[in-house]
This record gives sequence, C-alpha cells and structure tokens, in this order.
Amino acid sequence: MKDISKSFPGVKALDSVDFKLRKGEIHALMGENGAGKSTLIKVITGVYEKDAGLITLQGESIHFKAPEEAQNKGIGTVYQEIMLCPNLTVAENMFIGRSHSLVVNWKQMNEKAAQLLDSLGIPASPVQELTSCSLAVQQMIAIARAVDMDCKILILDEPTSSLDEDEVHKLFKLMRELKARGVGIIFITHFLEQVFEISDRITVLRNGKLVGEYETTSLSQIELISKMLGNVLEDITKIQKHEPIVSDTSIPVFEGIGLSSAAGVRPFNFVIQRGEVNGFAGLLGSGRSESARAIFAADKVTGGEVRMKGKSVKIKTPLHAIKQGIGYLPEDRKGDGIIDDLSVRDNIILTLQVMKGFFKPFSLKQAEIFADEYIKKLNIKTPTPDTPIKSLSGGNQQKVILARWLLTNPEFLILDEPTRGIDVGTKVEIQKLVIKLANNGMSLTFISSEIDEMIRTCSRLIVMKDREIVGELKGTELTETEVMNVIAQGGKNPCLN
Amino acid sequence: MPKLIKHFSHLVLPVSVMTLLIIINLIKGADYFRITMVNGAFYGNIPNILFGASELVILSIGMTLVTAASRGQDISIGVSATITSAVFVQYVLQAGEVTLLTIVVGFLLSCVIGLLLGAFNGTLVSVFKVQPMVASLILFTGGRSIAFMIDGKLSPILANDISNRIGTVIPGVPIQTPIILTVVFIALVAVLFKTTNLRLYVETVGINPNAARLNGINPKKIIFLTFLIMGICTAVAGFIAVNKAGRHDSVNLLKLIMMDAILAVAIGGNSLIGGKFSITGSIIGAYTIEMLNRTLLRLEIEPATIKVFKAVFIIILMVLSSPVVRVFMKKALDRFRSWRLSISQPKENALSATNIAEKKEE
Repeated sequence: MKDISKSFPGVKALDSVDFKLRKGEIHALMGENGAGKSTLIKVITGVYEKDAGLITLQGESIHFKAPEEAQNKGIGTVYQEIMLCPNLTVAENMFIGRSHSLVVNWKQMNEKAAQLLDSLGIPASPVQELTSCSLAVQQMIAIARAVDMDCKILILDEPTSSLDEDEVHKLFKLMRELKARGVGIIFITHFLEQVFEISDRITVLRNGKLVGEYETTSLSQIELISKMLGNVLEDITKIQKHEPIVSDTSIPVFEGIGLSSAAGVRPFNFVIQRGEVNGFAGLLGSGRSESARAIFAADKVTGGEVRMKGKSVKIKTPLHAIKQGIGYLPEDRKGDGIIDDLSVRDNIILTLQVMKGFFKPFSLKQAEIFADEYIKKLNIKTPTPDTPIKSLSGGNQQKVILARWLLTNPEFLILDEPTRGIDVGTKVEIQKLVIKLANNGMSLTFISSEIDEMIRTCSRLIVMKDREIVGELKGTELTETEVMNVIAQGGKNPCLN
Repeated sequence: MPKLIKHFSHLVLPVSVMTLLIIINLIKGADYFRITMVNGAFYGNIPNILFGASELVILSIGMTLVTAASRGQDISIGVSATITSAVFVQYVLQAGEVTLLTIVVGFLLSCVIGLLLGAFNGTLVSVFKVQPMVASLILFTGGRSIAFMIDGKLSPILANDISNRIGTVIPGVPIQTPIILTVVFIALVAVLFKTTNLRLYVETVGINPNAARLNGINPKKIIFLTFLIMGICTAVAGFIAVNKAGRHDSVNLLKLIMMDAILAVAIGGNSLIGGKFSITGSIIGAYTIEMLNRTLLRLEIEPATIKVFKAVFIIILMVLSSPVVRVFMKKALDRFRSWRLSISQPKENALSATNIAEKKEE
C-alpha cells in the first residue's frame, strides 16, 4: 500500500500532498491545526472526495465515495472522541451495525468478541457494560472494532488526548501488537514525546503543503517542531517567567480556606498574590480541575471561606465569582466554553455583557469595537467577527474564550488546560500571554497536563494526588522530576493538607 | 449585496414560499391584490390574511423564544389562551356596564392568568427538567375543562360595542383592529429586543447551557422567562380571538393552533432543537401559513379535503428545506462553480493534469 497523493486546487486545503504508508509501520502525521491533517485523513477515509490526485491501496487504484467503502477496503478509523454507545456491552459495541442478518447470535458474538479482546490483550469482558471500562480500555475497544474487519490501515486521530500516562502505554502496547501483524497505522497527536516513542516515520504538513517525510530516528524534537512551525522555536526558550514580589504583609488577591465542592475534592486551602502565576499539577483525575472549579463555584460549593484582598466574600455561583473579578477558562472548550453557533463577536462580549446586565445591551458598534480590538490583540484568525465560532480552528476558539475573559479585566484568571488540543504555535503564544498578564499585575492559575509548560510559566506549583493537595514546589524545586517525586511519594510535607 | 443576502439567508425559505403562493394566487386571478373599501375599512385578500393570522403571529413569537431556550415546544398555547380569555370574558360579563376601563382591566387580569400558566409550565421545564412538550401536555389535556368551569356554561356571549370594535374595526380607522393590535405587539417585542439582552441570553442558553452558566447566565431563569413571555402571548392571542368571535367557545377556541405555531417557527428557518432564532422568520412563517390556508380555499378545493393538500404542501416544503437537500444543493453549486472556474482557467487545469501524470509514473 503506497503512494497516496492528491491535491485540492480549489480550496488548497491540501496542495499536492504525497503520503506513503508501508505495511506494518506506525506513521505519525504531524502539523499545526489547519495544516491539513484532518483533510488528508478525511480523503483517505472517504468522508471527502478528492479533487485531484491518486490513491492506491496495495497497487490497486481506489476512489472512495463514502466512508463505508473505505471501511470495506480495510481502512479503520478511531477518532479523538470515543464514538461508541456507552450503555451497550463491550461485545455489542464491537459488532453493532456489522451483521446484515436480522437475527443476532449472542453467544457466537460474545465468543468472537472474547477471542478478539484476548488476542489483542485488552482487559475487558465482552458482556460488561462499556461505561464500566476506563477511558483507555474504551479507546482500545474502539480500535478492536476498527481492526476486526480484516484491517490493513488503522487511523488513530488524537487517541491519547484524554488518557493518562499509564493508559497511553497500554494503548502503545496494543499499537505495537497490531504493527507486528502488519497493520499500517497512521497516528495523529499533539504530544511530541509520544511521536518519538512509538512512530517509525513522520510526515509533516504545513499550510496544506507537504514539508517532508522523515525517519523518526533521524529527527530530534527540536527539528520536528521547527519543521512544523518554521520559526517560533526560539520563542519558547525566550519565555521568562515572572516572579512576584511577596512580603509577609502583602494581602493576597484571593484566599480560600477549606474549600470543597460537590465534585468531590477534599477541603483545601488556596492563596494567590497579585501578579503571581501558580498552577495545579497532578495526574488525570487528581482533582486539579475540580479545585479550579471549586474556586470559581463552577460546581456546587459545599464548604469553605473565601477572601478577596482580605475581605470576606460569598462566592456560590459563577456569577458571584465573575463579579468579584475572577475569570475561568474551562478545561472542556467545546462543552463549557464556546457557544458554537454564535459569532466570534458575541462569544467575545458575552461575559462582559452579562456583567453589565440584562437591561443594558452594548450597541452593535461598541460590540464591534471590543471584538476588533481583541481579534487584533490576540491575533485571532477569523474571516470576519460575524463568523460562527464553530468554524474556527481549536487554537483560535481558545483565543476567543481568552479574549472573552480578558475583556472583563479580571484580577484573578484561572486557565484550565488552555493549551490542550491546540497547535504548538498557539501554545507558545498563550504561555507568553500568561507571563505578560502577570507582569501587568494579574494573578493567574495555569493548569496543564504538560508539566513542562507549567514549569515554564508558574512560579509556584501546587501538587495534587487523589483529590487532595500533597505538596507545593517553588523556585529551584520546580523541575519535572521533583513534581513526579512529590506525586509518587504522596507528599513530601504531610502537614500541608 | 452579497453581504445583505448572507445577513438574511435564514429568511430565504419563508420568503420564497410566500412568493410561490402569491404567484399561484395571481395565476388563479389577477385581482389577488385588490383591496376594497367597505364602511370605511379596507378589505381584500391581503387584509384578510393579516386579520386572520393575528393570533398565530403572536403565538409563534412566543413559540420561537420557548423553542430557542428550552429546546422544546409548548403545546398548551391554544388551551392557555382559552383559559385566559375565559377569565377576561367572565370579568367583563360580571362588570355590568362595559366601559373601556372594564376591557383594559379584564385584559390585564387575563395577562396575569397568562403569566401564571406560563410560570406553571416554566417551573416544570426549568426547575424539574421535564421536557417542554410533556410539561405542557398537562395543561393541553386538562385546560379546556378548566376554561369550561370558568365559563360555567357553553359559549358565553360577549356582546358589547367595545368588544365588537376590537374584534372588527373601529369606525373611522381603515384598518381592522386585530391587525393594529398585532403590529403594536410586534413593535413591543422589537423594543424588548432592542433594550435588553434577551436574544444573546436565550441563544446562549439554547446552544450551550453549561457555558451559559459558567459565564454568569442562569439557564433556569432564562427558560422560565421565555415561558412567562409565552404566557403574555397566549393572553394577547386569547383576547384577540375571543373579541373576534364575540363569544367564548371553550371547546373550539384556537383549537390545535400550536401545530401551526410550531410550523411557523419551522418555516421561519428556526431549528426546533433550540439555539439561534429569527422572530422575523417566524412572523413571516405565520402569515405564510394563513396565506396557504386561504389560497387552498381560493382554489376552490373542497373544504373536507383541504387538510390533505395542506399536508402535501408542507411535506414538500420540509423536504426541500431539509439538511439532506441543502447539502446536495450546496455540493451541486460547488461543482458548478469549479466547473466554471476550470473553463475560465484552462491553463491551470492542464498543469494539474500533468501533475497527475507525473505522479502516475512514480
């Protein structure tokens, strides 16, 4: 199976891109958002029809008009969001929609499923409900489903973005197993370490054009990033973090004592000074997001006391928090952040408008001024301010949400995973912005599952494990290994609760 | 011009249906737009449509808002209007001598009842999270009996000069009163949208209630508010309907009007699962439905079979505006465009052809 090439003269989403996948290799497809990765995948799987070019599969020319045709030819795809039915059993999920007969032989189906699960080493029973499996296992079941039909090519689009490290390794084991069976795997991810760990070759796209195909071993991480971006590489090293001046007498901007919420985080204390950048570090499910949400009252607050600049205040709903000058950029951009059908402009002015009140709408002109200002300031790439936010790329959507909060001019801004699922260029931009805001006196809490990002930007890290704080690191202690140590030991300073 | 088209693209469907109906009517008889003056007021096909659609227009405004915020429909509107108007009629009948004040107080009283009914549905939907259609099923089922109990007998008659004038024409004013009331109501709604953030809030809640909450909007309050507005709409519609009829028929007043109201929302280009909405679209949709009803009558279709023709027309309309057909049309249009492009730029085309040839050799 080789020589897949095609071009899109009209839209230029893909400009004469060649892509070659060999039998039994793991091939990483890399590029920023909007580089054309998704388009390429969609052409391969028959979601889009190619305008020009040639696709051959094992020497035979193919032209898919519908996703089913691609599936029948042995091209399986697993997307970022798991597209299975949570309340059906594992076996049902693997075989649903497969058989063309009306009668289902349940016993045979379960047996076949058990065989397949066993051969791939997936720790799940065919009869258990899908929801009772961990996310990683669900992801593996989705892969098993795709692989089952005499699969020659498996496409994994961001399969690891919701998995923790341990789960990622389980997934990699499965991928190696499939590779040994001769399946060609196309792997798309934003995690560079994972690319270097698992892939054999890397193809880099930029702005719909092919940059090149490389052997993974011949490329360093730095080289890969520069191939993906071109230039901003040195910007990363230029980030200078801001150390706030804290004396014993200074009153913290925000102080929470014994905060807890209905989301199940243990009561915790939290303090942030003017101009400080701190962060919650911890593994997935450690309670870092839940803590942030408890501060903002995004989940029901069940206890604790809050002081803003030394004054006791009541924060029971997000509106209270907003009025106290707290902003919160949520982890789940799609579910909690964007209003997808509304325009970029409406999305930007939303929170400031709510602060101003129901009976005081901004004039269209005023709204346009605000939107234009922040589109320019944050370099948001949108055709017009009237464009619905859903048609923007992930990174630009995130910038719109950021603009929404910056417009309210908060004193304390919580950023929960602001860099998830967005391209490297925008990631760097956001980190630089965080530092700039802190220099101007804003307090920020920065949460990211990529610890190096936090170490680069935060002057203090609060380490969490099993929904409670197990330690705090600052200054020279701020290294990736030290964070890992604190998590592993479950707290170097047990008196911090 | 292209910007203008883009801005009003959601109105393409209702406007084109209306145009089609007008063409059909003009074919049937060129005198379609003729307006005659009877006793100092305008009559004719168009005034009749505006007159007949008054209640539907008002109710579809409320339906649009409820749909946008709660992602569901209120099916109790006709029944609610029957209850509010029953209260209005009883107040007027018991007042003895009917003055303008009696009518105004009676109307305001029916508005309060409308708010209460709206609050009932709104509480079920926003607080108890009952699906709107199920929540309003309660009033839909029991409401007409309540109205009958308020009436105390079948069809109490509303015979006084003021009611007659509200239902038909005020001497000296050339336009029928329900048309004027509808225009005033639409104007008030426009003012409401101009002076508040109702649109932004309702759309935000309808599209993403989680995000709305995190940005300081309380989705429950907004959904409740849309049902309150719907309550006012039912009171106004009930007021107009009962004054038009001159009596309160608790069994048949505005019967099954919620179907037409939902249809008006759909023809207006609105999604029935909430989110962005167009009041203008719904209003045009409501007038279109009335126009369709009267067109079928004008074509002298037998009254007993008229509903079949209406149904067929609506099916064709809905299929044409369905996402499947839209995507198909868009694809066809894209193909046509690229075909035209390939004619105007033969050079580039040839280039890409050689490209393909090269790749084949590889």
